[in-house]
Amino acid sequence: MTAARSARRGTLVAVISTLAVATVVALSIGASPSWPLVQKAFFDGTYFSTSLPDVIGAFAINIQLFVLAEILILPLGLLIALARSITSPALAPLRIFATIYTDFFRGVPSILVIYVLGFGVPALRLPGVPKEPFFWALVTLVLIYSAYVSEVYRAGIESIHPSQERAARALGLTRLQALRYVVLPQALRRVVPPLLNDFIGLQKDTALVSILGVVEAFKQAQILKSANFNFTPLMTTALIFLVITIPMTRLVDRLAAKDRAAQQGGAR
Amino acid sequence: MARDAAKRVVASPVLELRGVSKRYGRALVLDKIDLSLAEHEVVCLIGASGSGKSTLLRCADLLEPIDTGSITLEGRTVRADDRDADATRRQLGIVFQGFSLFPHLTALENVALAPRVALGLTAAAAERRARALLKQLGLAAKANAYPDSLSGGQQQRVAIARALATEPKVLLLDDPVLVAEVLEALRALAKGGATMLIATHEMAFAADVADRICYLEGGRIIEQGSPEKIFKAPRDQRTRAFLQRVRSVGAGALR
Repeated sequence: MTAARSARRGTLVAVISTLAVATVVALSIGASPSWPLVQKAFFDGTYFSTSLPDVIGAFAINIQLFVLAEILILPLGLLIALARSITSPALAPLRIFATIYTDFFRGVPSILVIYVLGFGVPALRLPGVPKEPFFWALVTLVLIYSAYVSEVYRAGIESIHPSQERAARALGLTRLQALRYVVLPQALRRVVPPLLNDFIGLQKDTALVSILGVVEAFKQAQILKSANFNFTPLMTTALIFLVITIPMTRLVDRLAAKDRAAQQGGAR
Repeated sequence: MARDAAKRVVASPVLELRGVSKRYGRALVLDKIDLSLAEHEVVCLIGASGSGKSTLLRCADLLEPIDTGSITLEGRTVRADDRDADATRRQLGIVFQGFSLFPHLTALENVALAPRVALGLTAAAAERRARALLKQLGLAAKANAYPDSLSGGQQQRVAIARALATEPKVLLLDDPVLVAEVLEALRALAKGGATMLIATHEMAFAADVADRICYLEGGRIIEQGSPEKIFKAPRDQRTRAFLQRVRSVGAGALR
């Protein structure tokens, strides 16, 4: 009873203080002599409404990019993670290759990889190799983010206590069966929040492929900006990205909190 | 499991360890262990913590490679690094100290996993077998419960059911917590003719259930014999000292 009342009072205080601070900030920004200039260049209502349909249309390309990339990254990242956890000496080359792969693609700026693959490879004019910028943009994002995601998977696999694999092996399951039925199902559950976190990064990075001339949301905004010499279309694009990424961030937070609660509840 | 209630101890060993030694780094954990289990025999390993009981069980279950010596199962030499070690492990069941149940599976799924995946039974047949085992251990009502929602004693009985699910020739138990239902279940298994090797700190339990007691110290079997012999008239000075300590401080303090 008292706890509920003090919680209600806490919310009320938070709302009032936030409103007060926001009003002060808004008034002081609005009172600044340069505000009309800033507003005209970045937050122009007319430019916003005219740019919105174009930017949303171009954002379909971003969506295609990250949805396709995520579908490819999920299994690829897992394969790389499994290759890195191989202990058999005969398969050491596979492990070494996977390690070099993740080190390389996590350590190199994304924009550099996009530039080299998107401009460099098609310039070779190799027969049978696609030239479409969209294709190379997709390849680049898959290569880079598979490296990140494989590390997420690996951390998840390593977080499962070795006694679990031992119990599975004691029952006569092979190493592969123990992985498939005991270790991975538990690991995958734990990696969902960090995995979604990486996907938020991926969704933002779809804007990087604009350097290849792919007309996605950011490129479209640039075109509109140059046509009217007004930055508002870029703000429109920012808003569209936020509409996608903020709910996802909240989802990650919620899943992570749930996971923590479950682990504490399950502790003996 | 409706085997002959009358217990027959046959001479031919099911599981035999000969001169088994095991090192962890520089520490010698098992030192030339000779131990054989006949069919239907129940052997209890006693000794202080760190005497090598758990390691002996893990080595016997082929979960850890041994450094020297040999292990035979029904006359066949088996090794942890054999190509068919997985098939051998199916013929041995083990209940770990912490039980190590699979938290993402229900009690029923925990028990049915090995029959389905390792033995290749159909899902329906594996489930039937798992249900029967859970029922036998008094857990029919808990089939769909997850391990987290079970009590320690219930978890342990699920672990026993899981270990029995591959119909092992030998059941190994590492320091079972002897709450009433578990004690009852183990007595029933012993009576039913199961071959068991049990590491325990509970002397009364060992005296009650075992055909033979082995006293371990420093990775060696110091003395073995029938419960009467070991508990009433131990020959070795070290066995006498251990039993005296157990009696004076109570078994709990030696865990």
